[in-house]
Amino acid sequence: MNASPSYWSFFAEHRAEILGATADHMMLVVIAMLIAMAIALPLGMLIVERPALRALSMGIANIFQTIPSLALFGLLIPIPFIGGIGRRTAIVALVLYALLPILRNTYVGLSGIDPAVLEAAEAMGMTSAQILFRVRFPLALSVILAGIRTATVITIGVATIAAEIGAGGLGTFVFRGVALVSDSLILAGAMPAALLALLSDCLLGLLERRLRVA
Amino acid sequence: MNAKIESFSGNLIEFRDVSYHINDIPGRAVISGVSLAVPLGETLVLLGRSGSGKTTLLRLINALYLPSQGEVLVEGRPTAEWDVIRLRRGIGYVIQEAGLFPHFTVAENVGLVPSLEKWDRQRTTARVGELLRLVGLDPAEFADRHPRELSGGQRQRVGVARALAADPAILLMDEPFGALDPVTRTELQKEFKALAGRLQKTIVFVTHDLREALLLASRIVLLDTGRIAAVAPPQEFLRMDHPEVRAFVASLGAVPGAPV
Repeated sequence: MNASPSYWSFFAEHRAEILGATADHMMLVVIAMLIAMAIALPLGMLIVERPALRALSMGIANIFQTIPSLALFGLLIPIPFIGGIGRRTAIVALVLYALLPILRNTYVGLSGIDPAVLEAAEAMGMTSAQILFRVRFPLALSVILAGIRTATVITIGVATIAAEIGAGGLGTFVFRGVALVSDSLILAGAMPAALLALLSDCLLGLLERRLRVA
Repeated sequence: MNAKIESFSGNLIEFRDVSYHINDIPGRAVISGVSLAVPLGETLVLLGRSGSGKTTLLRLINALYLPSQGEVLVEGRPTAEWDVIRLRRGIGYVIQEAGLFPHFTVAENVGLVPSLEKWDRQRTTARVGELLRLVGLDPAEFADRHPRELSGGQRQRVGVARALAADPAILLMDEPFGALDPVTRTELQKEFKALAGRLQKTIVFVTHDLREALLLASRIVLLDTGRIAAVAPPQEFLRMDHPEVRAFVASLGAVPGAPV
C-alpha cells in the first residue's frame, strides 16, 4: 500500500482531529454499552425463572442481532423520536446490537450453576435476593463479562459504520477516505478503531479470567 | 432459637399423615400417608432404595417442599406456618455433593449462616475455628482454602461444619458420605457417630446403605415407594420379616466374606 511514511506524517498533522474522533467513538460505545447493560442485565436475571419471557426476549434480541448493521440504521432513520440522522439513532442501533450477547450470557451464567450449590443456599435459609447477589451473580460473573466483552467488540465495529448516518467517530475518516481515495485518511480511522477493539477485547478478557471461579 | 428448643419438650419433628405429590398431581404420589415422630436427640435414619421417597421426606422437614396433604410439624408448628427463612436457619443441612460455595473460602462457607445472622466478625471467626477443629481440620491450614483445593472427604467435613455453624437443634443429612471412596466413607461414618454422640443434636439421616444405617441410627425407618414399611431400632430391625427389610438384610450378605 506504500502508506506508512505518509500515514505517519498525516497522523502527526491531524493528531488532534484523530484523537477527538477516537474520543467521540469511545463515548458512543460507552453510552450504548451502559444502556444495553442497564436493559440486558436485569432482564437476564428476570428470565432465569420465566421460560415464556425468556423465549420472547431472546427471540427479539436475536432478530436485531441478525439484521445487517447498515440495514438496521436504514430501518431506524424513518422512525419518529428515536430515528433521524445523527448520534441518537446510532446509539439506539448500537444498543440493539449489544443486547443479545449480554442477555444470553447473563441467562446462561445465572442458570448454569451447580444445583447442589443452589439447594444448599436455599436450605441454609438464604433469601432469594441473597441467593441472587451472593451466590448466583458472583458465580456467573465471568460468563456475564464474556458477554459484555463480545458486545463491546461488536459495538466498536458497528459504531464505525454509524458514521454513515452522521454519528461521528472514527468511521468518519474511513468513509471520507474511501470517497477521496485517500489511504492515509482511511487508515487514520481504521487503525485506531482496530486498536480500540483489540485493546478492549484484551483488557476485558484479562478481567474475565481474574473473575473466573474454577 | 436454642433457648426455645431447650424448653421444648415434645417431638421436635412430627409428620402427621403426610402425602406429597409432584405438582400436586394425586396420581404421582412421592410420599403417601406418612406419620412419624422424631423426639429430641434422636438419630433417625431414613433407609430405602433410590426413588423410595427418603430425600423427599427429608426436604419436607425444612420446607424445601410443603406437604400436599397432612402436615409436618417442627417444634410443634406446621412448616407451612413457619417463616421458612427462620425455619431453615435453625436446621443444619448436609448433602452428598457438599454443595459448598466454590467462590467462598472454607472459613466463609462455614461462617455463612453466622454472617446471615449478623454475628460480629470476632465471634464468627472463633466459631469457624472451633467447628473446623471439631470436624478434624486444622483452621490454620484450611480456613483460607477454596473448596476446589480440598479432597472429597475434606469437603464433606466442611459441609458438616457449615451445617453446625449456628448451632442448630436439627441436622438433616442426605447421603452425606455417599460419594466418598469406601475407606474415607468408613472413617467419616465413625467420626460422625462419635461427633453425634457428643453434640446431642436431633439428626435425620438419609441413606440407601443398611450398614451405615445400623452404625448410626437410634431408629431406622424403612421407606418403600413413598410409604413407611418398617420402623425399628437397629438390632430389632435386622430380625423383622417384612420382605423389603429382608431384601436389605440380604444385600448385606451379598459381599463375600463380609460380616453380617
